[in-house]
Amino acid sequence: MVAVISKRFGLQHIEIAEDIVSETFLLATENWKTKGVPANPAAWLYTVAKQKTLSYFRRNKIFEDKVIPEINRKQEQQDNTDEFSFSQQNIKDSQLQMLFAICTPAIASEAQIGLALRILCGFGIDEIAEAFLSNKETINKRLFRAKEKLRTEQIQLSFPAENEIIKRLDNVLHIIYLLFSEGYYSKTQNQILRKDLCIEALRLGVMLTEYDRTNLPKTNALIALMCFHSSRFDARQSGEGELILYEQQDEELWNRELISQGIHFLNLSAAGEELSTYHLEARIAYCHCTKEDTTEKWEEILQLYNQLLMISYSPAAALNRTFALYKANGAEPALPEAEKLKLEDNHFYFVLLGELYSDIDKSKAIACFERAKALAKTPAEQQLIQLKIERLH
Amino acid sequence: MKDFVFIFRQPSYDYSNSSAEEIAAINKKWNDWIGGIAAQGKFKSHGARLEVPGKVLKPGGVVTDGPFVEIRERLGGFIVVTADSLDEATTLAHGCPALEADGSVEIRPVFA
Repeated sequence: MVAVISKRFGLQHIEIAEDIVSETFLLATENWKTKGVPANPAAWLYTVAKQKTLSYFRRNKIFEDKVIPEINRKQEQQDNTDEFSFSQQNIKDSQLQMLFAICTPAIASEAQIGLALRILCGFGIDEIAEAFLSNKETINKRLFRAKEKLRTEQIQLSFPAENEIIKRLDNVLHIIYLLFSEGYYSKTQNQILRKDLCIEALRLGVMLTEYDRTNLPKTNALIALMCFHSSRFDARQSGEGELILYEQQDEELWNRELISQGIHFLNLSAAGEELSTYHLEARIAYCHCTKEDTTEKWEEILQLYNQLLMISYSPAAALNRTFALYKANGAEPALPEAEKLKLEDNHFYFVLLGELYSDIDKSKAIACFERAKALAKTPAEQQLIQLKIERLH
Repeated sequence: MKDFVFIFRQPSYDYSNSSAEEIAAINKKWNDWIGGIAAQGKFKSHGARLEVPGKVLKPGGVVTDGPFVEIRERLGGFIVVTADSLDEATTLAHGCPALEADGSVEIRPVFA
């Protein structure tokens, strides 16, 4: 709703758009309580929002001074008539354009995710604060600055030029992936919130496939990746909210439907020449969808990580690659490779070293696990590492 | 951090009789070795991989065909890595599969 109003009246009025939308919802709760929920609640909301928006801009001089010339200019350009509607198509268009506007390089990526959550996914400030493990004031400030930036940079709510789309799309995909990861790996215990983040990321991704210009192989690869990860969402958390490691997960809890969706998008991503990091990560995630512990599987994973690291280095990929090397080639060749990584402040690094030393040098293995435990950030992780130490004694 | 080029040279070898498994094993060695450099965050870019056939032009318009029997080591290709020093780059080059095949790695800083 915010996206549609902003599209019509310009991104500089984004806060007014937000106010109108919350007023509309407030009115709805009051109104529906006394009169009952209308037959078509969505249409009701859209009609009220539209009336409120039009009357706001009429009431204010802004309408004559700024908005009308702006609208006239837009109409001359686009040749579309008085198109301020909440039609399905216009909602989709506006959301997609808002997504591209938010993903302007002028705003920091954390603020981009925040804005996407607030405006496109309708999350409350306290929910966003919880997802980021931050407080409401920080988030409010961050969003305020980002909106200021949208205004001062005069970002337009329209699709960037053809060649800009390709450049901007990488950032859009990145933000969607960060949004997803925020939900998937977030430290917050709120399961529903975390799932919502993942679902919203998937929704935005799928939305990009509905337009030819953004429906690129890498878009499909990213969706496939998110599907494969999501398929394990229920299996990786116990009833008590504890994290369950991959090896101990119950395959029965893996969501088969999401896996086959993932395969569908992975097939679509195979078109074209470009091999993006999303392609490689999606294929790795797909390998993990079969639990068989074969050398062939780990060999494939190893080679995918080799390729991934050549395109883009990350400590997590380096550690996973070395684990795959261990599974495919054995502990002995993997050990010197692991020693070279030198990720001395990363507890996963010492967990990996501990695993590799387990069959070669027990006391060294224990020393590594002890260091990992000292570096671990949560009690749950420390507990898992302690179990590994006890197993060696 | 500086950029360094690794230039791989290997004795000429006729791979046309090698089985698919042998070729795959050679590829794996190279991919694992380069993957190891990438896992340290020190891989920069691929140079072109060179095919075996080619020609050599010499002074006086003399053209010879490959496979370069008269050259002890032919150029196999190159990659670019990043390292703090020439010494560190040389350490990275250890374990290169070209060495197993009796070849060499030349390590050269990129002119900055």
